[in-house]
Order: sequence, then C-alpha cells, then structure tokens
Amino acid sequence: MARSATKAKPTSEKKPIERVEHEGLLDVRNLTTYFKLGVGDVKAVQDVSFTLQRGESLGLAGESGCGKTTAALSLLKLLPENGRIVSGDILFDGRNLAKRTEYGMSKIRWKEISIIFQGAMNALNPVKETGKQVAEPIQLHEGLSEKQAMVRVRELYDLVGINPKRVMDFPHQLSGGMRQRAMIAMSLACNPKLVIGDEPTTALDVMVQAQILELIARLRKELDLSFILISHDLSVMAETCDKGVVMYAGEVVESGTTTDIFNHATHPYTRQLIKAFPNIHEKREMVSSIKGDPPNLISPPAGCAFCPRCDERIASCETEHPGLTEVERGHFVRCVHAKARTMDGFVPGDEAAPDQEGV
Amino acid sequence: MTMATEQSERPDLKLAPETGEVLFDIKDLEVYFPIQQGFFKSMVATEKKYVKAVDHVTFQIKKGEILALVGESGCGKTTTGRTLLRLEDATGGEIIYKGKPVQKFSGKELREYRKKAQIIFQDPYNSINPKQTIFDIVAEPLEVNNVCSSEREKEDRVITAISEAGLRPATEYLYRYPHELSGGQRQRVCIAGATVLDPDVIVADEPVASLDVSIRNDILKLMVEEKEKLGVTYIFITHDLSLAWVISDRIAVMYLGRIVEIGDTEEVVANPRHPYTKALISVIPVPDPLAKREHVILKGETPNPVDIPSGCRFHPRCPEAIDVCSEIDPEDVHIGGDHYAACLRIK
Repeated sequence: MARSATKAKPTSEKKPIERVEHEGLLDVRNLTTYFKLGVGDVKAVQDVSFTLQRGESLGLAGESGCGKTTAALSLLKLLPENGRIVSGDILFDGRNLAKRTEYGMSKIRWKEISIIFQGAMNALNPVKETGKQVAEPIQLHEGLSEKQAMVRVRELYDLVGINPKRVMDFPHQLSGGMRQRAMIAMSLACNPKLVIGDEPTTALDVMVQAQILELIARLRKELDLSFILISHDLSVMAETCDKGVVMYAGEVVESGTTTDIFNHATHPYTRQLIKAFPNIHEKREMVSSIKGDPPNLISPPAGCAFCPRCDERIASCETEHPGLTEVERGHFVRCVHAKARTMDGFVPGDEAAPDQEGV
Repeated sequence: MTMATEQSERPDLKLAPETGEVLFDIKDLEVYFPIQQGFFKSMVATEKKYVKAVDHVTFQIKKGEILALVGESGCGKTTTGRTLLRLEDATGGEIIYKGKPVQKFSGKELREYRKKAQIIFQDPYNSINPKQTIFDIVAEPLEVNNVCSSEREKEDRVITAISEAGLRPATEYLYRYPHELSGGQRQRVCIAGATVLDPDVIVADEPVASLDVSIRNDILKLMVEEKEKLGVTYIFITHDLSLAWVISDRIAVMYLGRIVEIGDTEEVVANPRHPYTKALISVIPVPDPLAKREHVILKGETPNPVDIPSGCRFHPRCPEAIDVCSEIDPEDVHIGGDHYAACLRIK
C-alpha cells in the first residue's frame, strides 16, 4: 500500500527527537502570535507564558478579542492561514511544538492534545452519525477499522453519560447537552494528555452547563487529564480551575492560582472584570461595566494597554509598558501599582524581569 | 438583612410597590402548537398531539416593574412573552390589559395596542435591517403608526429616543449604518426603536445573551434607567437567573410551560421554595473559588413538552419527590407577600 509506505517513511528515517527539559507537562514561553492583514499585523497574542502540570486545570479568561482563543489554537498550530507564531516556545512533554512541522503536529493533535469546540452543533458534521465522527480520530491514529473503533466509541459514550445505543444518531437527533457530551467523547477518543475546552459550556443552559462541568471534573480526576478552559465567564473559571490567566489585548495581565486571582485580584482590569459578574450569594447590587473598548491590536498603545479604561492610571501609564511583577508566590501582575500591592511579607526571589517568568 | 434596608441602600433597584397597579392580568393562559402528522399517522391516531408550550399559567404584571421570566430553553418563557404581544395566538385563557382582553383586540384597538407593547430581540446583529440608517430604523415605528404630524416632530422623537438609549450625541449616529456600530450599540438602537413610541410594556427577549460581559451590564443598567425615567414595564426573558436577580423586581421561574415559583426577586433567591428553583440557584457559578457550595445537579433533561409527566411535571427530575407527586398536579401555594410556589411538599 503506497499510502502507508509514504506515511511510514518519515518515522523510520526520523532522528530521535531531541527532548527538551522543561517544567510540568506544558510550558509556554513568550508565545507571540500575529495575524497578517492588509493594513499590518494584528498582534493577537504577545509574550504569553504559562505552565501546566499533569492533572492540573488552567483557565484563560478575558473579553472577546483578548487573544485567549488564539493563544490556545497556537498550541495546536490550528491558526487560520494568515496567522503565524512569531516567536516563543511551546514545550509539551519534552518537545517544542512551536518548531514542529505540520506532519509532526498531526501526530500530536488529538493523540496528545485535543480540543472541545464551542458550538457542538457547528463543530459536528450534520450528515454523519455522531458515533462515526467520534471513531474517526481512533481509526486515524490507531489504525483500527471502523468496526473496531466503534467498540471504543461505545465505551466513550458510556463514560460521558450518553446511552451507547445512540452512537448511530445524527447530531440533530441529540440535544444540545448530548452533542456537547459527544464532543467531549471525541476529545477523549485517543486518550490525550491535555484537553483544551474552548468555551465548552457557553451556548448551554445553566443546568446543562453544570452537568457538563461536573462531567469534565469527573473525567479529569478519573483519567488524570490536564485541562485548559477558555472562557469569558470568570465565574465558570473560578469553579473549575486550579490556576488562571487573565488576558487583555493579547497580553497576560494577571496570572496565579484561582484563589490569587479572585480573592487577591491586583490588576485593575481583573478587579473590574470580577465585579462585572453578579455574585448571587452576596448583597444585590447593579453589576458594573468596564468603560471604553479594548485597544486596536494592529498598533497597540505604547504604554499600558489598559490605561485608557483604567480608574487607577497615573501619568507614566501612558508611556511606560509595565512588566509582570510577582506579588506573592506564583502570582504575577502587569501593573505599575503591583509593587506597592505586594502581599505583606513577600519578597520575590529576583526582581522579575518583564519577559522571563511564567506562572 | 431586611428588605427595608436593602431598599433604602439601593434606590435604583427599588421594588415595585406591593399594591402596584396591575397592567396585565394573565389568567390560565394556554398556548398549544399542533403537531403536523403524516397522513398515515393522522388516520390512525386517536387524538391530535400538541406541543404544550404554555400550559395554564396565571400571573400578574404590575405597572412599572421589571418582571423576569426565567427558565431553561423550551420552558415556554419566550412563547409567554410573544403571546402577551399578540405575536402568538393563545389557545385558551385570558390576557387582560388595563381591563380589556388582549385576544379580542382587532382593528384600531389592536393597532393602538401594538404601539403600547414593544419587543427587543436577542440578537442585535440579525434584528435590524443592515441597509437602513439608524434614523430610519428608529423612525420606522413612528411612520408605520402614523403618529407624527410633522417631519420635525419625527426627528425630535427619534433623537430623544436615541440619546435616551445612551447613544450620545444622537446626531452623530443618525445617518450611520448598523455595520458601523458594535454589538452593544446595535442593541441600544433596538432599545431606541422600542421606546420611541412611548410604550407601556417592553418584552426584552434575552437582550444581553449575545453581548460581551462589559457591554452586557450597560444594557441592563439602561433598562433599569428607562424603567425609572419613562415608567416602562419590562418583561425580561432570560435563562440566566443571576442577571434576573440583578435587575428585576419580581422573578417568575418557569418549567415545562408552567410557572413553578413567582415572587419578589430577593425573596425568591434568598428563600427559594420550589425544588427546581433551589436547584437552579445552586448551580449558578459565582466568581469566588473559595465559596464551596452544594450543587444540586438535576439528572437528565427537560422532558418533551408533548408528553408532559403526570402529576407534578417536575417529579421525574425532582430530588425531593414523594409518591403523591406523580399523581397530583400541585396548585400554587401562597408563601407570603408576593411569593407563590407550586409544590406539594410546601406546608
């Protein structure tokens, strides 16, 4: 078979891949992604760093257009044609994904890192049985026949709480919640180490959202999965993640454990964003909004990107671009006021240089 | 914390007076949609089947309040709103508006009613005409209803409506097209179009569901402002109980075509009595990772509104169900004040 022969060739000739030493399962260092437009480059993701340990969950949060989805798609190199990773390293399980070829990435996608897309109705093929769609990555990566793969699909359906008898159902025959479960089943098809959820519950009802989040939490525990949640809804992130990264205008403005971010929010943007979500267990008050619009990312402002919308800005904010400052262990903030707000008694090991630290 | 102190601290969220004037009196409202059946089935079937979208709902809407209709997809909240506006026909029951039955309106009376009852749709990207200027969009209701005696008056009213909707200075927006505006600004145009006729009631059907958080809150604030300033009554249809809690005076929780609990917003959220409301409140995510709360996650999904379960329609999913629940359809129980819930287990 000619096809399998060409496929096998690169593997046999391949030199042993140089393993890179790095922290955790995933270590993203200074990731920068641009989109090319006629008028210039859109600097969608700039200098984003974070790490993720095995079994840990990380939330990427921010308004629409802050670069959270682009950052996640960069990990898989699933960017649209005009997008490119300009610099930075994506170290995953000893390999640098930023330097991998398309062929190399196809061995990683789904087998090691998979993704749950936002609208399950649009992400699934409407004219193919859902079970067969879930079977596709298994057939491709493990070389099984469709019949053999379907055995595994039935197990997966059972795992995510859909009756295995429904493997031959088309997407329109499933409810919104079940479609999302089918998407989750598909993401788990090849036992990946890392699953990325791109707004996995956004289009769902509150009760179905709770069911899906509970399912993800259970699967993470059972399968020892690492999970990256992309969500504009900070409250969902607060409930499901161990660590969080708040992004604004393509940059990380605050990162740390979710407790750091929610209970000791330091960046003015994070604080305002948290206040924008009602907390039904506290006193009722009108939720506040963030004035103004995010900056144009083709020519981002020279100073702090959040400056025009910030209540706490000082003169230097307009000209000086703040670096990340560690305010307590592992909690980084990109703000001029950060140093003054360092937790009592915390002395950062080194004065953090703007571009060198992760979470 | 008593209600009285809450009220004084938050004047912008004050509750509709308990003795408020009733604007709508909805009695036993029923909206069924017949199911089209194939030829063979229709020969064999003994009875016609219906989607029971709204199944005997009774409640009142007071003048100048924001009443939130909350529930999951398919619970009948949108159908209820549309039926109030005569966009759907009720198959039974009555809607009394200022003493007159809405279903019997026709001709001039119906046209008058259409002026007084307006709607804001969910998606500002699809609900306004991309080829019209903002001025044309907002002026259209005035033209259709022929309410302005002069061009001058029309222009004034359009400008007032646009600036009241928060697009200031209004003259800058008049001759722009929808594609030049952001989602939040478009939704403001929709609101201006709805308020330009000085309506009594606006049905806002998920007005913020497609907007970003930072813009969402501005639109909610605008609704509260217009309620206070213009005395508009809002029916705020949403699936998000936490948003309903932020702006509404009263909440009605719907499940499968029935209102299962209704009452003063803070009372319902602080002291929910129906197991469905309790579950809904327990699963609302809050922006605080340290808050460890008990989630009551209901199993399964809302049943098909064609075959509504016997007895209490919630009993197959209810964590507190007892044997009688499958036999008796519960009546509303008065809990105190404006608060009613339909559950057999409330003593």
